[in-house]
Amino acid sequence: MKATIQHTQQGIGLYIHWPFCLAKCPYCDFNSYVAEQIPQEAYAKALVQELQTTLAEIPKVPLTSIFFGGGTPSLMLPSTAQRLIDTATSLLPVSENLEITLEANPTSVENQKLKDFYHAGVNRASLGIQSLNPTALKALGREHSVGQAIEALTIAKKIFPRISFDLIYAREGQTIQEWEGELQEALALTHDHLSLYQLTIEPGTIFAKQYRQGKITLPDEELSTAMLTTTEMITNQYGLQAYEISNYAKPGAESRHNLTYWKYKDYIGIGPGAHGRVTLDQTLYATERHKNPVKWLEHVQQNGHALSVKEALTPAEKAQEMLLMGLRLIKGVQAQQFERRCGMALTDAVNMSMLSALVEENFLSWDQECLKTTPQGRLRLNAILEALLK
Amino acid sequence: MTDTPLELIRNFSIIAHIDHGKSTLADRLIQACGGLTQREMQAQVLDNMDIERERGITIKAQTVRLNYKAEDGRTYVLNLMDTPGHVDFAYEVSRSLAACEGSLLVVDASQGVEAQTLANVYQAIDARHEIVPVLNKVDLPAADVEDTKNQIEEIVGIPADDAIGVSAKTGLNIEAVLDALVKRLPPPKGDVNAPLQALLVDSWYDTYLGVIILVRVKEGRIKKGMRIRMMFNGSTYNVEQVGVFTPHMREVESLGAGEMGFINAAIKTVADCHVGDTITDDKKPAAKALDGFKPSVPVVWCGLYPMDADDFEKLRESLGKLQLNDASFHYEAETSAALGFGFRCGFLGLLHLEIIQERLSREFDLNLIATAPSVVYHLFKNDGSAEDLHNPADMPDPSYIDRIEEPWIKASIMVPDEYLGAVLGLCTERRGQQIDLTYVGTRAMAIYRLPLNEVVFDFYDRLKSATRGYASFEYQMDGYEESDLVRISILVNQEPVDALAFVAHRSVAESRGRAICAKLKDLIPRQLFKIAIQAAIGSRVIARETIGALSKDVTAKCYGGDISRKRKLLDKQKEGKKRMRQFGKVEIPQSAFLAALKIDR
Ligand SMILES: Nc1nc2c(ncn2[C@@H]2O[C@H](COP(=O)(O)OP(=O)(O)O)[C@@H](O)[C@H]2O)c(=O)[nH]1
Ligand SMILES: C[S@@+](CC[C@H](N)C(=O)[O-])C[C@H]1O[C@@H](n2cnc3c(N)ncnc32)[C@H](O)[C@@H]1O
Ligand code: SF4
Ligand SMILES: [Mg+2]
Repeated sequence: MKATIQHTQQGIGLYIHWPFCLAKCPYCDFNSYVAEQIPQEAYAKALVQELQTTLAEIPKVPLTSIFFGGGTPSLMLPSTAQRLIDTATSLLPVSENLEITLEANPTSVENQKLKDFYHAGVNRASLGIQSLNPTALKALGREHSVGQAIEALTIAKKIFPRISFDLIYAREGQTIQEWEGELQEALALTHDHLSLYQLTIEPGTIFAKQYRQGKITLPDEELSTAMLTTTEMITNQYGLQAYEISNYAKPGAESRHNLTYWKYKDYIGIGPGAHGRVTLDQTLYATERHKNPVKWLEHVQQNGHALSVKEALTPAEKAQEMLLMGLRLIKGVQAQQFERRCGMALTDAVNMSMLSALVEENFLSWDQECLKTTPQGRLRLNAILEALLK
Repeated sequence: MTDTPLELIRNFSIIAHIDHGKSTLADRLIQACGGLTQREMQAQVLDNMDIERERGITIKAQTVRLNYKAEDGRTYVLNLMDTPGHVDFAYEVSRSLAACEGSLLVVDASQGVEAQTLANVYQAIDARHEIVPVLNKVDLPAADVEDTKNQIEEIVGIPADDAIGVSAKTGLNIEAVLDALVKRLPPPKGDVNAPLQALLVDSWYDTYLGVIILVRVKEGRIKKGMRIRMMFNGSTYNVEQVGVFTPHMREVESLGAGEMGFINAAIKTVADCHVGDTITDDKKPAAKALDGFKPSVPVVWCGLYPMDADDFEKLRESLGKLQLNDASFHYEAETSAALGFGFRCGFLGLLHLEIIQERLSREFDLNLIATAPSVVYHLFKNDGSAEDLHNPADMPDPSYIDRIEEPWIKASIMVPDEYLGAVLGLCTERRGQQIDLTYVGTRAMAIYRLPLNEVVFDFYDRLKSATRGYASFEYQMDGYEESDLVRISILVNQEPVDALAFVAHRSVAESRGRAICAKLKDLIPRQLFKIAIQAAIGSRVIARETIGALSKDVTAKCYGGDISRKRKLLDKQKEGKKRMRQFGKVEIPQSAFLAALKIDR
């Protein structure tokens, strides 16, 4: 009973996946597809339907954030966003400062739609700018120009109270000086939040194939480490602080929705391939929707939802997930919250002798209340998790 | 067929250097005697095991009973034994020879006499065999019959005037070979009415029939239903089947003196099947046993470990079954900190080791790790005690050791003279001592004494590449000698990796230690912590390498809410860790040790 009350206080996030893009970027392995003609109405209806079905089954906890992700959700009709926002806010109590984010790609058409999205209820835009260097934009296979990117930012700034944008760095051939220049340019345009991702080669992408064939190379370990360090320094000078490995914000401007993931709180996921973590009767479930949009649509039309996985997580699984998400945060994981969420003590979830070794090596800090990475540890988080988790 | 008069029986072996055509000739003889139909005639009928057929070598002695209608109009029973040609299996050769009265000495007329030709002939002479030289491959343009005869007389030292030129490939002159067998080899001796004395030549495990025993009846008669006694340990069994190989297994009522064949007596215990033992009649036992064989002594040992720790029991069972097939290899359980639970196994030589390993993986579907082969050292301690050491990891601290002796061999290497320089260089590098160097035409024969531990250490490979495969090599054990030997331990973060320890002569210790450290540095992935790799003699470090700590390993990209994917990725990494061994704070993948074991040190 107590857990439910706690939970009620915490609220829940909502992720809505839009699976379509104008073109497939060569580095991208997100669940996204290029469609000749997007069946706007069918998908809008199905998303609303799946949202209704899902919300009917969960306790009435306050909604803390909505995130339209993709794919390219700025390709949906603003009216679709409106219908989804209305559905969610009418079926769930709404918490103060409900954050509603839309990922938008900065092409001209989409730039023109930003105002309508605002009127639909979106109050935060996350722009996929990726680079401020024309050659790099081309290499990344992007559909927009630097001019359009800046235009999008200018328009968005006038409309939305909160704005973030994404850049991909540590790209092929990029020098540290070039990146510092590009980053400073970006910071001058920044409102209060930035996501700065080092390029990752994902299996199954065009880049992965080219990488295997030796056609692309990435900066080596030393250079990419230096780039990460300099990034933290420069963003700091502009008043933005890293709060997660790749995310930087002015204090208070952190993405509430993404913090839900990292703090391992509940969220609902709807739309093709969306994941969720939802507590029902004090059990935490991992949920998944059919990934293929066509299949997803069929399922929703037939059953009102396209749930493909609903799995109760064991304490060990929860512990793993909470640590691998939570240690990405600069603030780390709170032992008390951990125990409450996972049903096991943090000190039982990790290999304690390894923990001391990692603390001694100055990779982790641990004071019995909070476990977090040091800047040195953050650079090696994957290896640390592998060594630390039982 | 079981009452064949002795004068109509001929028991013979075929001996030859590897690839000179022993198996092919056996096939022709079988075919000529109608043992198999044309359709059944599969190349090299006698090489039973997959490995034998693939590698084209005979590992186990094989036997076939043939009926041959000779010129004199009488039908003779010819019992043929095909023998292994490789030096590792010299022991099996001697067993086959003990079951026969004569040998066909096959020499490839295009190659001439090779090292194992010699070794095998000497064994046949020891067994008091009548020897009929056969010059094979006369169909080849390179065949030189006269020169080969000359070599047989000069190098081997037996008359070769009436050597028979044949082609086992085309079948040319096969009749002449059969004729010579009848005319030139003596019939066996023996008395069917005497108490039973049968020599246990070999035994193996047949999946359908259980343990099959190959016997040569010397005196008396062995019958179906008879109660037999193993003279070695007195155990008794009922004979359930008696038979011969035609080459198919065919049951007969009995086998009399002078004959060979198989028996099946539902034997379950390997220990009761002692190769070289005498089998007698439990009711009417023979007064004394036949001269047995010298027991085979493993000269090369290594550890065999399952890649998957769960396969340990399966490995134990498989080794047990294999041993039924091959009594010459030994095994005992051992544990290694680096590799887990496994077995210390002893072999007749390196090829034997390789073959057993291959059979384990092939016939029993086991994935194995083998540690570096070691020879057997004689260890004399300060307290006056002595022991045999065949696992370098067991070697005590030098301060306890008074002296160590290592085994030496006497090797004969025959090689075309243009490669002689390379061979002599290799032997010198391996601490060899030249005993003799002679020439016949353009071929040289070098006799060397060499420490065996230098030979188990990639000597064959080096010899082969230095002579483009033209050298032939043969050796005999040649006693033990005191030597300045040291145990080199390999340490990872100050902890010894037992599986990588090795013994070497002090003069090469440092270079080999350095080589393995360098190799490990390449093989071990960087980790969160620095890794120190050292080679040491006792507490003295002779080589070191450091693997720097990993400087960056973090996923930048955000996967949104797909935490499952991250967790699965992590699970996969942790799964990989099961194959790792802990050394202090670091974990080393077993694959790194495995690859290190493969290098030629
Ligand atoms: N040209 C020719 N090749 C032969 C003859 N006898 C055997 N061979 C070939 O020599 C190789 C070795 O023969 P094999 O019987 O396996 O030799 P083993 O190792 O002594 O048993 C095989 O490739 C045979 O086909 C022969 O009379 N003439
Ligand atoms: C869901 S994605 C795409 C959002 C939007 N469709 C766009 O392309 O602008 C969110 C962000 O992940 C980042 N991203 C995607 N693939 C990446 C990769 N292989 N390496 C690094 N960052 C990547 C990009 O910065 C991207 O904006
Ligand atoms: S990066 Fe964005 S626009 Fe490009 S394919 Fe992926 S989701 Fe679509
Ligand atoms: Mg053969």
